[in-house]
Amino acid sequence: MISARLRKTFPTRPDSAPFSLELEFQAAAGVTVLFGPSGSGKTLTLDLIAGFMRADEGRILLDDEILFDRAAGVHLAPQARNCGYVFQNYALFPHMTLRQNLEFAAERRPRLERHRRVNEMLEKFRLVDAAGRRPHEVSGGQRQRCSIARALIGEPKLLLFDEPAQGLDAPLRAEFYEVLRQVRADFETPMLLVTHDLDECFELGEEMLVLRHGRLVQNGTPAAIFEQPANVDVARLLGIFNLIPAEIRSLDPGRNTSKVQMGEHELDGPYFPGHLKGDRVTVCVRPERLTALARNGKPGVNQIPAQLERTIERPQWMRLEFAGGIAVDLTRPDYERVRDTKDWMIEFPRESLRVL
Amino acid sequence: MQIDWFPLWLSLRVAFVSTAVAFVVGLWLAYILANREFHGKEVLDAAITLPLVLPPTVLGYYLLVLLAGNSPLGKLWENIFGSPLVFTWKAAVVAALLHSLPLLVKSARAALESVDRSLERAARNLGASEWRLFWRVTVPLARRSVLAAVALAFARSLGDFGVTLMVAGNIPGRTQTAAVAIYDAYEAGNTMVARTLVLVISAIALLILTLANRLNPRGT
Repeated sequence: MISARLRKTFPTRPDSAPFSLELEFQAAAGVTVLFGPSGSGKTLTLDLIAGFMRADEGRILLDDEILFDRAAGVHLAPQARNCGYVFQNYALFPHMTLRQNLEFAAERRPRLERHRRVNEMLEKFRLVDAAGRRPHEVSGGQRQRCSIARALIGEPKLLLFDEPAQGLDAPLRAEFYEVLRQVRADFETPMLLVTHDLDECFELGEEMLVLRHGRLVQNGTPAAIFEQPANVDVARLLGIFNLIPAEIRSLDPGRNTSKVQMGEHELDGPYFPGHLKGDRVTVCVRPERLTALARNGKPGVNQIPAQLERTIERPQWMRLEFAGGIAVDLTRPDYERVRDTKDWMIEFPRESLRVL
Repeated sequence: MQIDWFPLWLSLRVAFVSTAVAFVVGLWLAYILANREFHGKEVLDAAITLPLVLPPTVLGYYLLVLLAGNSPLGKLWENIFGSPLVFTWKAAVVAALLHSLPLLVKSARAALESVDRSLERAARNLGASEWRLFWRVTVPLARRSVLAAVALAFARSLGDFGVTLMVAGNIPGRTQTAAVAIYDAYEAGNTMVARTLVLVISAIALLILTLANRLNPRGT
């Protein structure tokens, strides 16, 4: 269990804008994902926890050990923190074999135990055959597994990952997810993983912290955050396309309904707690929750006519972009049924509507 | 005519000792300059570099003031070793050091700074002490550049003239290094001796610099 309260300020420099990080969070066992765009302070957060940098203010507690406490003047050296760190480029020592890399990390153990532990890790991470080779002589997957094994060999109380799948091709990425799931099953170490990849959040994250401009803007499970982003900024970070200005016309908590005016159309939605009639809001609907269909006759409830501007092919689905900036994702079979349509309608299922 | 090889032998000995001292002190200084942040860091770097640009007479003057028998340092030396430092071959080592040290510090600092910082972070993260990090990660990775710097320092130690003349003097058979002997021989009209020593010194220096170039990954 890690709990951290951090503040770190960087003044304006000739080559950089001022930046400040102000963050408070806790992470228990399992994978917690730090998600945010580049420059949001994700890697900085890892560096402060690992002790590569010193926060201006705050406190870092790992289990019951204080790693950093500004008020008490505690700042443990990186060597004393017992946090495994998997670097973005793996940072394997290029002049050592994979085995030597692991031995370097286990050097504080007694000789016999070290030997046993290194062999155990080589086996567990399927590195036995490559153990005698140097990092540049082995495959990307082996390098990756070696860096994780190296971080785990000292039995850290926390494992930090800095964009571990960044720049990997699809097979390696899948392999990495597999390895990480295995690690999660075999070791009880809490893991903190930095990424700006949404797929990764869903693949790996049990908890998700959304960072923006050095602030925590939302936390929860990836599914919950995706279902109800805290605000328009989070929705944009999550890549949700349909953000449409609207006004709440009526709200009925008893029947769990509402009416929302969107341009010239009125849509039925669920009850929106915390909002008032007359509120100017942003309607947020994920493209895959919408349906596009052929128009015949008068549009029904929650259906609005729309002009198709273009279609974009994706491996698993088709994205239809309509005038007014509304995007609809259809599965390929669904698309095949309506592909020849000239006159379109978009249907907004009642339960899909969210307002921010 | 008989050639006295003592000056050449002395020069090599001076160069070896001075390079050894420069390696230990210089690597330590380079480590400080590459890894620590402190006030006056660049002043320290400039002070170390200063001997490369000052006239030998200025350096010789400083050394004489600093190390002469009646100076505190000179007295300290005499108390420890029982004989004065100036006008001995050890003074020639100090003179050679003035030029080899800055060369070594400059190149070694650049070499140490060129090592990937994330590797050093990784070592710290894995619990390695700063000492182990330095000798097991930083130095091995910067090995070729550091060796090139050592070779350069050695070559430079071999060739000092002015400062050596001022603080070690020109005592044949005791403090007369090759560079000084060449001047001496030329003045005395022993062109054959001068020419031979010139060629030998040039050959050795060329050999060492070629070696340094081949060691240096950047090729310079």
